[in-house]
Amino acid sequence: MSSELISSASQISKAEYQPRVSARQTIGRIWRWVFFGSTALAIVLLGMLLWSVIGPGWNWLSWGLITNPPSRFPEKAGMNPAIWGSIWIVLGSGVAAFIMGLGTAIYLEEYAEKGRFNDFIQTNISNLAGVPSIVYGLLGLVVFVDLMHMGRTLIAGVLTMALLILPVVVISSREAIRAVPPSLREASYGLGATKWQTVWNHVLPSAFPGILTGIILAMSRAIGETAPLLVVGGASQVLWRPDGPFSTFMVMPLQIYNWTGRPHEEFEHLAAAAIIVLMIILLLMNSVAIGLRQHFSRKARW
Amino acid sequence: MELLNIRLNRRSLAAITAGTIAVAPFARVFAQEENVITYEPGDGVSDLSGAFEADGSSTLGPLTEAAIEEFAAIAPNVRITNGISGTGGGFERFSKGETAISNASRPIKDSEAEACAAAGISWFKFDMAYDGITVVVSSENDFVSDLTVEELGNIWAADGGVTTWADVRAEWPAENIELYGPGTASGTFDYFNEAILGEREVRTDYTPSEDDNVLVQGVAGSKNALGYFGFSYYEENQDVLKAVAIDNGEGAVAPSIESISDGSYAPLGRTLYVYVNAEELQSRPEVAEFVEFYAATADEIAPSVGYIALHAEAQQETYDHVLGAIDGSIAPDSDSFGQEDATPAA
Repeated sequence: MSSELISSASQISKAEYQPRVSARQTIGRIWRWVFFGSTALAIVLLGMLLWSVIGPGWNWLSWGLITNPPSRFPEKAGMNPAIWGSIWIVLGSGVAAFIMGLGTAIYLEEYAEKGRFNDFIQTNISNLAGVPSIVYGLLGLVVFVDLMHMGRTLIAGVLTMALLILPVVVISSREAIRAVPPSLREASYGLGATKWQTVWNHVLPSAFPGILTGIILAMSRAIGETAPLLVVGGASQVLWRPDGPFSTFMVMPLQIYNWTGRPHEEFEHLAAAAIIVLMIILLLMNSVAIGLRQHFSRKARW
Repeated sequence: MELLNIRLNRRSLAAITAGTIAVAPFARVFAQEENVITYEPGDGVSDLSGAFEADGSSTLGPLTEAAIEEFAAIAPNVRITNGISGTGGGFERFSKGETAISNASRPIKDSEAEACAAAGISWFKFDMAYDGITVVVSSENDFVSDLTVEELGNIWAADGGVTTWADVRAEWPAENIELYGPGTASGTFDYFNEAILGEREVRTDYTPSEDDNVLVQGVAGSKNALGYFGFSYYEENQDVLKAVAIDNGEGAVAPSIESISDGSYAPLGRTLYVYVNAEELQSRPEVAEFVEFYAATADEIAPSVGYIALHAEAQQETYDHVLGAIDGSIAPDSDSFGQEDATPAA
């Protein structure tokens, strides 16, 4: 059946062939505008979002917002403990996920034998990346907070967030390692290098820009994530920046959530200002990601 | 230190022009409230240190957070965290010993008291402020001004048979009522159902939200909507909401600071409590100092976060109760809750 179709398609006679140049060009133009429209829609929506946040929040931006602890008086309320909490959560979970995620990726790509078991693990990791974040929060609540008796502390938050971003880190690290050309490995083996020497001296340096981009994008996700920390952190007012792994903590999205729920309208403006601060920090993180990637890819030796 | 001295001479504060930002908000509170109890931080309060947690009602949360904020100025090394897991969620943590203080917008339930007793936790219960659950309609609604408890019950009961305003009172329009209310984890939800519905089942076809601002917007946006939440959310949104006066059989009473504090706004006027772990209160000076501070200053802090202060007599009662609880001359309230297996902390 299929072979008939192919043969008949290839035997279009000259009589049947019609150039229809203007029709094809019109169709081409229509698609061009469809694609432009979808891009424009995304940009317009982003613009509206930014406008609705910057409008009410701009006048509430101040140093006090960054340096003060929260307060019931909006004019002197700040999010200093939340900023520090977010920094610790993001750095801590980034480091933990980097170590575990990169290790997993190296094992799966370089050491594990390709086969059913490997496919099984790969499918599961991909599935984990799609699990709703609140599920990680509940997991963290049961395992870290209750079973391991960590309580609602910074360390429990860090480990929960590390689990949340781990699948993304594993997947992006694997992609980066897989993108390293096999000829590089073969050349290394050809010179008598062991597997470890090949991975350490050639594969990892070449894959590093991609790995780094993946981990920083994962950390960007962690900084905006609210649901798991609502369960694991739970506090609504923390006046102090965390001073150790077992101290209570607050993060920026939680602080924003808390302010939007208050009866006084000023707190909604304050929340908008806090969103601006959060977005600036996100932009900075993403710029660092791009900068680092360019820095390391210039060093690539192939 | 400057702040401390000013705090000690509160009554003369009105005469002092508050110069610092830290003091200015206080001055506003003092000016409108004649406070009953003078809290004087004793020697060594600023040297107290330690960390403990409060959790519970999101209604009472802002008041406890305000007290923590002010206490932090006197005792900077005492780190108190407040959570808003809801009254029920707060008691769950309280009964596991995770929190020293539980904020509650309704009294503790039998099951919760049993859980505390089973874990060997005895507790004290202190009244801190009043709140009036306020039933609201949109300010565009021009026909509803008051409801009887029975009418309100029919609106919210599963078996009330009410779908339109005309089902409530014949002269009202036959438009569908849109209902907004707090979620099931909320103490406000429990309290409202008990006060208005009693044994009747609550209907489930309403729009629930744990975020009171969502309720405010929902009700304000529709002429046919009705909802309820704490008084402070009504007070802040009076331009778009209209409070419904409630008739308890003795004439309709609208919620106001006066009617809630003198008890005439019934049955939706309520007391907000904090429950304190007796052992923590008696064994940890920082917990005792904070609870004493909270009880002494709640009346000054309350108006600044939209709550109604206890009247002078009740305030004094709470304060005496706290002092007795700290020095152990009063037995924990859990003892008299009717649990034979409750173990009092020595």
